Amino acid sequence: MNHVLDIVTSKKHTYEQKVMALAHAAEDTLSILNIPEKTKYYFEINAIDDLYEGHAPYRPRYIMPDYERFVKNGSQFLQIEPPSDLDELLNSLMILYKHVPSITGFPVYLGNIDKLIEPFLDGVSDEDAKKKLRLFLNFLDRTITDSFCHANIGPEATRAGKLILELEKELQNAVPNFTLKYDPDITPDDFAELGIYTSLFCANPAMCNHKVHMKTYSTDYGISSCYNILPICGGAYTLSRLTLPGLAKVATSTEQFLNELLPDCLESLGNYMNERISFLVEQSGFFETSFLAKEGLIHPDNFIGMLGITGLAECANILLSDNGKRYGHDVEADDLADQIMTIISNFAAQFPAKYSTISNGHLMLHAQVGMDYDIGITSGVRIPVGDELQNIYDHLRHSARFHREITTGCGDIFPFETTGRNNPSAILDIVKGAFSVGSKYISFYEENSDLVRITGYLVKRSEMEKYRNEQVVLHDTTHLGAPNYDHNRLKDRKVRGV
Amino acid sequence: MTRAPINKIIPLSLVDGPGNRTSIFLQGCNLACAYCHNPETQRLCNHCGICVSGCPSGALSIAGGRVNWDPAVCISCDQCITVCPSFASPRVRNMTPDEVFEEVQKNIPFIRGITVSGGECTLYPNFIKELFAKARENGLTCLIDSNGTTDFTRFPELMELSQGVMLDVKAWDEEVYRKLTAGLTNSVVKKNLKYLAECNKLEELRIVCLPGEVDAEAVISGIADTIGEKVKSVKLKLIKFRRYGVRGRLQNTPTPDDAYMQELLKLASGMGFEKAIIV
Repeated sequence: MNHVLDIVTSKKHTYEQKVMALAHAAEDTLSILNIPEKTKYYFEINAIDDLYEGHAPYRPRYIMPDYERFVKNGSQFLQIEPPSDLDELLNSLMILYKHVPSITGFPVYLGNIDKLIEPFLDGVSDEDAKKKLRLFLNFLDRTITDSFCHANIGPEATRAGKLILELEKELQNAVPNFTLKYDPDITPDDFAELGIYTSLFCANPAMCNHKVHMKTYSTDYGISSCYNILPICGGAYTLSRLTLPGLAKVATSTEQFLNELLPDCLESLGNYMNERISFLVEQSGFFETSFLAKEGLIHPDNFIGMLGITGLAECANILLSDNGKRYGHDVEADDLADQIMTIISNFAAQFPAKYSTISNGHLMLHAQVGMDYDIGITSGVRIPVGDELQNIYDHLRHSARFHREITTGCGDIFPFETTGRNNPSAILDIVKGAFSVGSKYISFYEENSDLVRITGYLVKRSEMEKYRNEQVVLHDTTHLGAPNYDHNRLKDRKVRGV
Repeated sequence: MTRAPINKIIPLSLVDGPGNRTSIFLQGCNLACAYCHNPETQRLCNHCGICVSGCPSGALSIAGGRVNWDPAVCISCDQCITVCPSFASPRVRNMTPDEVFEEVQKNIPFIRGITVSGGECTLYPNFIKELFAKARENGLTCLIDSNGTTDFTRFPELMELSQGVMLDVKAWDEEVYRKLTAGLTNSVVKKNLKYLAECNKLEELRIVCLPGEVDAEAVISGIADTIGEKVKSVKLKLIKFRRYGVRGRLQNTPTPDDAYMQELLKLASGMGFEKAIIV
């Protein structure tokens, strides 16, 4: 039990972080999931990863409550009447957020926040609204102390959205992550430009391709955690990942990898995910006991299993190491990567996933962006840091090609020169181009910004520095961000500009 | 087909007009401004060969009395343009409008337009015209960045193809202009200013500000007198002189202070410029 004692006596964790870690440690003493020997092998060689999801799932990984319904009906369980003004709305949401579980222990999705707020702004001056929203946003940042938390804006321009963007620039908060759902036919240029301009001060919001994502589910979608595209009133039971470089390392040839190893590992991963889903739905008691389900804020039919993949770049590079061809730079490497993606995609389309009504009984693909312990493994299908394409347009075309098969979240991050602030319309032109060729998600931050995007979540450089100096920090994601920032040399990301 | 010497093509430019643009820099200028920040674009290479031996990557060679440049080997260290005694560059390609457009086309759909700059791009009006015709066919907007010494009224077809001109008004008093630019007269610049304002092609005005060298106050009031109502709508960039890239008598001159720039901004606002900014 040294691990538990280590947690209890840690000098780098807050009380809250210790409680979370202890809960994890307790869960992991169980071994109730049936995991075949072969699957264990894939875990051992780091080809399959459960991403710290715990050994006995007792809540879905990501939950996307139907906040519109909550605002309309209030909550019997929480004894909340439907709000009638802005104060009541914000207070009701603050209460509900506290009761939305997830893998992090905090809500990972806060709603289409501008749309929730907009109807309550009638008759409220900008000044008054900003004061209330400032308190609200700071409450979120200081109490949801994990930046795998997301709120959405758009695609329509709203006064609420504009006020939130103006406040975010001022507040410099790491939580929540914001995404602007962007559709050039709906979102006015000046609103999108305000979003981009804001992101060059505080790394928020990111931009998501609304035209593409709105077709993902039969219901509305939201973006949660770090870039997970999930159905509202549902979410993701699990996200388990295929760590492609781990698998590539044991391949005897490219053909063996493509024809035997990859299909076999996918089968093991699919079964493992079904095992998790079954336990959660059939035994954990979550859906029977949660007031979210009873009050219709979530429904088990709207949950999916996300099959994550990561390290496509290194996988292709390892398989082609004999001839030195590189992902992103050589046709042969990209064609091989495309072949790998097609195999994975075909697997997801035919493998029967349990309790996954909204995805027609199948797993859905996600570009998993990496863990703090990943070394030499690039997020999802991205080109490795330091190996980015010189021309950002070539880079984005490459992204679009590899975003194609991934339906539940896949994106790119670009640091920009400070001069970008003077011409957000130029960056919007790049976004329009990228989305028109099929890129799904894009985010920016300014080269010297304190807030930086690690893989999808935001962390402050100043906080990482404190953590490296053995100080206690408020957000637990700083613990993940600091090693990730160093291991993946994120400070060397290619800065884009003139 | 027309050819023109191309110094470089920048696929992504945030600073050469509205939106994201590809900028094409033509080689050669009819002025020699003391504050020029890219003096290597002023003259054409005379193949003296001085730059060749210092090239660390071996991208330069001399054969048959001509200096040749191999872009595949070049590491863009700028050694050649630093040692060039004649304000030129060996890294210039003679290209047709089609060849230039082939490079531009790769940047669609990420750009909204192109900007031709220099050097002084209007020294090659036919080349620009042909390039713009191709660009317009492909839905791109076309801007000219110019010192205003070419009489635009002489090129109605080019003006028709172009969405506008970003005009440098370097000085108002002719004596000041001559000393600064080595140009003979700024009368054509003033004529262009009036013409572009009248035909709605004044995209942006620029003044590089350096007290003692540039009569910025006179330029601001002179422009206001010339363009009338347009002061309200045209963007005026008051550019702080920076010695970066400058060669010659101003290469160690400091940047004017913020108080001076603010005074100019105040003056411009007082004259009715609503879109004046300091950059």
